[in-house]
Amino acid sequence: MQSTTQSLDTQCRSDFPVLERRVRDDKALVYLDNAATTQKPIQVIDAITDYYKNHNSNIHRAVHALAEESTEAFEVTRTKIAKFLNVEKSEEIIFVKGTTEAINLVANAWGRDNVQKGDIVVTTEYEHHSNIVPWQLLTQETGAELRYVDIDDNGELMLEQLDEHLATGKVKLVAVSHVSNVLGTITDIKKVIKKCKDAGAKVLVDGAQAVPHMKVDIANLDCDFYAFSAHKMLGPTGVGVLWARKELLENMKPYQGGGDMIREVHKQETTWNDLPYKFEAGTPNVADVICFAAAIDYLTKIGMDNVRNHEIELTKYALEKMSKVKGLIIYGPKDTQRQGGVISFNFKDVHPHDVATIIDKNGVAIRSGHHCAQVLMEKLDVAATNRASFYIYTTKQEVDVLIDSLEQVAKVFKL
Amino acid sequence: MSGDPIYTEMIIEYSRNPSNFGKIENPQIHRHDSNPLCGDSIDLYVNVDGTKITDVKFDGKGCAICMACTSVLTEMIQNKTLDEVKNFQKDELLAELGLEHLIKTSPVRIKCALLSLKALKYGIYSYFTEKMNDVKAAGNLKEEAASLY
Ligand SMILES: Cc1ncc(COP(=O)(O)O)c(C=O)c1O
Repeated sequence: MQSTTQSLDTQCRSDFPVLERRVRDDKALVYLDNAATTQKPIQVIDAITDYYKNHNSNIHRAVHALAEESTEAFEVTRTKIAKFLNVEKSEEIIFVKGTTEAINLVANAWGRDNVQKGDIVVTTEYEHHSNIVPWQLLTQETGAELRYVDIDDNGELMLEQLDEHLATGKVKLVAVSHVSNVLGTITDIKKVIKKCKDAGAKVLVDGAQAVPHMKVDIANLDCDFYAFSAHKMLGPTGVGVLWARKELLENMKPYQGGGDMIREVHKQETTWNDLPYKFEAGTPNVADVICFAAAIDYLTKIGMDNVRNHEIELTKYALEKMSKVKGLIIYGPKDTQRQGGVISFNFKDVHPHDVATIIDKNGVAIRSGHHCAQVLMEKLDVAATNRASFYIYTTKQEVDVLIDSLEQVAKVFKL
Repeated sequence: MSGDPIYTEMIIEYSRNPSNFGKIENPQIHRHDSNPLCGDSIDLYVNVDGTKITDVKFDGKGCAICMACTSVLTEMIQNKTLDEVKNFQKDELLAELGLEHLIKTSPVRIKCALLSLKALKYGIYSYFTEKMNDVKAAGNLKEEAASLY
């Protein structure tokens, strides 16, 4: 793809069949809910059909031709993901069903053996529920303490608080988002990781909103655990990845018991299979893992720097126009260098669901609600926000439709 | 956006200046209810003299549809008897604001419109069963409330 002559959306839009949809009295669909899940290109849709039509079989077991093809394709995806994230050892890539399961795996298989009464686990005010609740469960069970790093008025982490927590010498793990799914804030992740390492704490990074939108180089990050979901980056639902350091994985107990994760099973004891299979009990989501490779190929071809630049341009354009809409309050950094393609906002005195209903009539799909981040909603002192989030196929014209719709809201509510 | 089927002048007006907004201390009927999806959350307070409603108020937070419908409901039941109110139907409430179409067009937003009616039906049910010890008078109010949406 030539990136200099044509904008990214023009190059790739025709690969996404659903973007042709018309909704609500024949309005063109304007899909701005990409932080929830992205649309899928035809290459991914074709890959899943091809798999079921031509290769379908269970993996890692039989020796027949289809089983060999499926096993090979499954493992090719693992290798592609490793390369995509600059991970040298592909056995450090564990397939799970999503970010949520990846974090729960760590909380159970690592947390229970490494976090004890008196220890501290640290998370932040802008986490998704999936990076809060597993730590509540763990700390309640073990008698450890759960502490938070708060955010400032720009929606950025107050790292002085992290320093204070780390200074206690009791912090075992810091669980933090790479990019906030509500505010779009990009965490200064290298700085956070460095602080944690210096204090001897492990770091889990929730990369659900980072890997889809920017270059992530795990070797360079130096964290301990990294989690993300395929469906937020052109891939299928039901597939996610946990990356973890080999030494940690080797010393962790399995998360679930069953087929594939064993070496030998006897009546009273079992020995574990090698990595990564020790953590992949049961028949995995073979078809979706295999078609996820098509999504990785697609993004690789575009180049993650181009993805990020496209989103910076759209976010800048949108922020500028939104700042002129009457009565609109925008949350977060409002600075494209420190923010992903996510903008959260409210109208003064207008409930977010009224906003979403009015603009849905123009075919504009945004999310309104608490975004699985009620701790953050409490901090912002709102019940909910509206959120527009962009991706590679989003156009400036679509942002214009959003802005026009927001102006309609201001008019209807006489702001 | 003239002619918007939901956000009419009347709804906007009610959402900005809700009727009977406030609290009754120690009311005879009090019911809190909320919609987890959108965060509508209201408290409905009713006082009765014998079986006649003498005062109704509500407070809480919600979207324009919820605020308008709750306002209208409180206006409609003022000074009515509990027996009259018991049989109050959702269509009557929706018609008052021209929102009958929501039943078909928006299974999501209908919950905002009917939250207060649900609270009212549950509230009267509890009043009859707990305070008056009159299960018969309560009839099938509870089932009706549960089946509103
Ligand atoms: C930052 C963040 N973390 C975690 C998740 C959970 O991802 P999943 O539902 O795919 O497990 C999401 C997605 O909603 C997210 O945005």
